Amino acid sequence: MTLIGWIQILLYCAIIVALAKPLGWYMTGVFNGERTFLSPVLRPVEVAVYRISGVDERHEQHWLTYTIAMLLFHVGGFLVIYGVMRLQAVLPFNPAGQSAVAEDLSFNTAISFLTNTNWQNYGGESTLSYLVQMLGLTHQNFLSAATGIVLAIALIRGFSRASARTVGNFWVDVVRCTLYILLPLCILMTLFLVWQGIPQTLGPYVKATTLEGATQTIAVGPVASQVAIKMLGTNGGGFFNANAAHPFENPTALSNVVQMISVFALGAALTNVFGRMVGNPRQGWAILAVMGVLFIAGVSIAYWAEASGTSTLNALGLTGGNMEGKEVRFGIVASALFAVITTAASCGAVNAMHDSFTALGGMIPLINMQLGEIIIGGVGAGLYGMLLFVVLAIFVAGLMVGRTPEYVGKKIEAREVKMAMLAILVLPLMYLGWTAVAVVLPSAVASMANAGPHGFTEVLYAFTSATANNGSAFAGLTGNTFFYNLTLASSMFVGRFFMIIPAMAIAGSLAEKKSIPPSAGTLPTTGGLFVGLVVGVILIIGGLTFFPALALGPIVEHLAMTAGTVF
Amino acid sequence: MLKEIRPAIFVLLALAFITGLIYPLAMTVVAGTIFPAQAEGSLITRDGKVIGSALIGQEFKDDKYFHGRPSATTAADPNDATKTVPAPYNAANSSGSNLGPTSKALADRVKQDVDKLRAENAAQAVPVDLVTSSASGLDPDISPAAALFQVPRIAKARGVPEDRVRALVAKNTDGRLIGLLGEPRVNVLALNLALDASTAR
Repeated sequence: MTLIGWIQILLYCAIIVALAKPLGWYMTGVFNGERTFLSPVLRPVEVAVYRISGVDERHEQHWLTYTIAMLLFHVGGFLVIYGVMRLQAVLPFNPAGQSAVAEDLSFNTAISFLTNTNWQNYGGESTLSYLVQMLGLTHQNFLSAATGIVLAIALIRGFSRASARTVGNFWVDVVRCTLYILLPLCILMTLFLVWQGIPQTLGPYVKATTLEGATQTIAVGPVASQVAIKMLGTNGGGFFNANAAHPFENPTALSNVVQMISVFALGAALTNVFGRMVGNPRQGWAILAVMGVLFIAGVSIAYWAEASGTSTLNALGLTGGNMEGKEVRFGIVASALFAVITTAASCGAVNAMHDSFTALGGMIPLINMQLGEIIIGGVGAGLYGMLLFVVLAIFVAGLMVGRTPEYVGKKIEAREVKMAMLAILVLPLMYLGWTAVAVVLPSAVASMANAGPHGFTEVLYAFTSATANNGSAFAGLTGNTFFYNLTLASSMFVGRFFMIIPAMAIAGSLAEKKSIPPSAGTLPTTGGLFVGLVVGVILIIGGLTFFPALALGPIVEHLAMTAGTVF
Repeated sequence: MLKEIRPAIFVLLALAFITGLIYPLAMTVVAGTIFPAQAEGSLITRDGKVIGSALIGQEFKDDKYFHGRPSATTAADPNDATKTVPAPYNAANSSGSNLGPTSKALADRVKQDVDKLRAENAAQAVPVDLVTSSASGLDPDISPAAALFQVPRIAKARGVPEDRVRALVAKNTDGRLIGLLGEPRVNVLALNLALDASTAR
C-alpha cells in the first residue's frame, strides 16, 4: 500500500460527497415536475411521448398500479431484447456477421439486462451485432436504470407524503428520468470517453498486420455510447468480454476515475433527494454516512489484500502485489477500488478479473453483494435496499425501549417490518439455495475453472452476483450452459422483483399513514448513534446469513494459501 | 390494468427509439466528427497499412522487440469449433486467465516464466507484471521496470548500446496523470515503433 494509493481513494470519496448535493437538488426538481434548464429542448419531446402513449401526466397512481405499470413495461422490454438477439442475423448493423443467439443464452441475457444485472454469459465482441448492442443492450441499460431510480422515488414519496393514496405516475417518472437525467449525462460522458480513446463507430472489425507480421483482428463498434450508460446506470454489462478491463472500454487512468465516479454519482445523490423530500437533508446525510462507513472498511481490506500479493507470487520473490488479472495502467489500487465500488453499487463492470483476486480481496466484493448492495447500491435499488435495513434497525431499536418505532414522522408497524424481512430473506434463499444445488450436480461442478475452495467460490459468487443484480463474475466459471443460464436467470428475476414488490408495498402503506411530529421519545435518526445502529444491524443480519458459506470458500482458501497449498 | 397496456407499448417504443437508435447513432456522427481518430479505434498506420491500435496490445516474440505481458486470450479451435486454443492478444475475444491465488496451473506457469526471464537477465529482479497475465489479455502497457528489464536482450539482438535503448524507454514512459492517478507505464507498441525508427536511422 502506498500514500499515493490512499490519496486516490480519499480523493474519490471527496468527489462523490461533493457531487451528492448539486445532483440531488437537480434530481429532486425533475421528480417534482419542475422546469429545469433543459426544459426548452426536452419538454417538447416529453410531451410528444405522453401524447402518443396516452399518458395523462397529472394523473397519479396507487402503489399497486405503479408496480403493475412497471411490470408491464418489463414484459415489453424482455420481448425487444429477446427478439433482436434471436433475429440479429437478418437485421441491420451486423458487419461481423454474427449468427442468431441461442434460445437459453438469449433468455438469460434478456432477464439479465431487464433486471439491471447485466451478467455476461455472452462474449460481446464474439456474439452480438451492433444492433443488439444498441437497441437491445444500450436501450435496456437506460430503462432498467430509470426503473430503479423511479422506484426509489416512489418509496421516498411514501415516507414524505401523509394520508395520501398515490405515489406518483410511473410513466411520467420513467420518461422524465430518462430524458432529463440519464440522457444528458450520457451525452457528455460519451464525448469525454471518445476523447479518452473509446471507439464509437459502426464500421467493421479492423484487420491489422502487426509489427511481427501476424494478423490481428481488432473488434470495434459503438462502444462509448454504451459504456456511458453502463456505468452511470450501474448496469455493468460490457461491450467486450473483458468489460472495463478492455483498453477500448477503459483506456486511461482518467477514464477509469470518471467511470468510477459515474457509478456512485446518482446513487449517492439519491440519499440527498431522500433528505430533501422528507424535509430534512440531514436524514439523507445520515444514510450516506452508513454507506460511507461500510465502503471505507471494504476498500481498506481489499486494497491491503491485493497489495500483499499471493503466496505463489511472493515465494518466487516477485514484489508489487497481485498483478494477475490486472492491467498495468490501473495497478493495484485502482483495481481494488474499482472492485469494491462495482459491487457496493450494483454495477458489475470490472476493470480487473475478480477470479484472480486474492482470497480475501475477492471476498470483499462477495460480501458487498451479499449485504444486498446497499452501500450506495444500484441506482435506486441501493436506496430502497438501505431503507429496508433502516426499517429493521428502527424496529429493533423500538423493541429495546418498548415504543412503537417511527422514522421521519411515520410509524413503522407490523406490515412494514414483515415486508422488509421478506425482501431481505429472499436474497439468501436464492444464492445459498442454488449454490447448494449446483455443488451436488456433476454437470454444474464441471463448469468450475479452478479446483479446491476457489471453485466453490466461483459458484457462490455467480449466484450471489445474479441474485443481487450485480453482474460481475468470477469469470472462470463457464456460465453459458443450460443449467446456469436458467438458474442464474431465475436468481436475477427473484432478486430484482421480490425486493421491488415488498418495497413498493411499504411505499403504499407508508403514504397512507398520518405524519406525526417528533416527540421526546423519538429516536433521533440523524446522529452517530443511529448510523452505528444501522451499520450494526446490517452486519449482524448479513454475517449470520452468509458467514458459513464464506467459511467454505474464501476463508478456507486464504488459510490454504498462507500454508502454501495449491490445487 | 388494461389502461396501462397502451403506455407500456408506446413509452417503451418511444424510449427504445430515442435511447437505442437516435442516441448511439447521433453520438457516432458527433464523436466521429470531433474525435475521428479515437472513434475509429486509435489506429496506427505505417507505410499506408494498419499495423494495430495505440490502445491494444499485440504479441511480440522476437528478441529484438520489447515483449508485452502474458495474454490468456483464446480463439476457436480450427479443428473443433466446440473447443478453444490459446491465441495471445486476440483482439476479437478479450479475456483474462481467471486463475485464482491457489491455482496450481497459475503457479506452474508463473514459475516457468520467471525461470526463463532469470536466465535472460540475472542482474535485475523480475517485475511482477511481466509474468502475470492481464485482465483483458490486451494490455498495451508494461511497467517501466519491465521495460528496463528487457534492455540487455534487445541491445544484444540489435547490436546497439544499452544506453541508447534505455534512453528510448525513458522517452516512452508515461507518468501518473497530474502525478497522482494511474500507474507509470510504457506502451509496448509505441516503444517498439520508436525502436525500429531509431535503429533504421
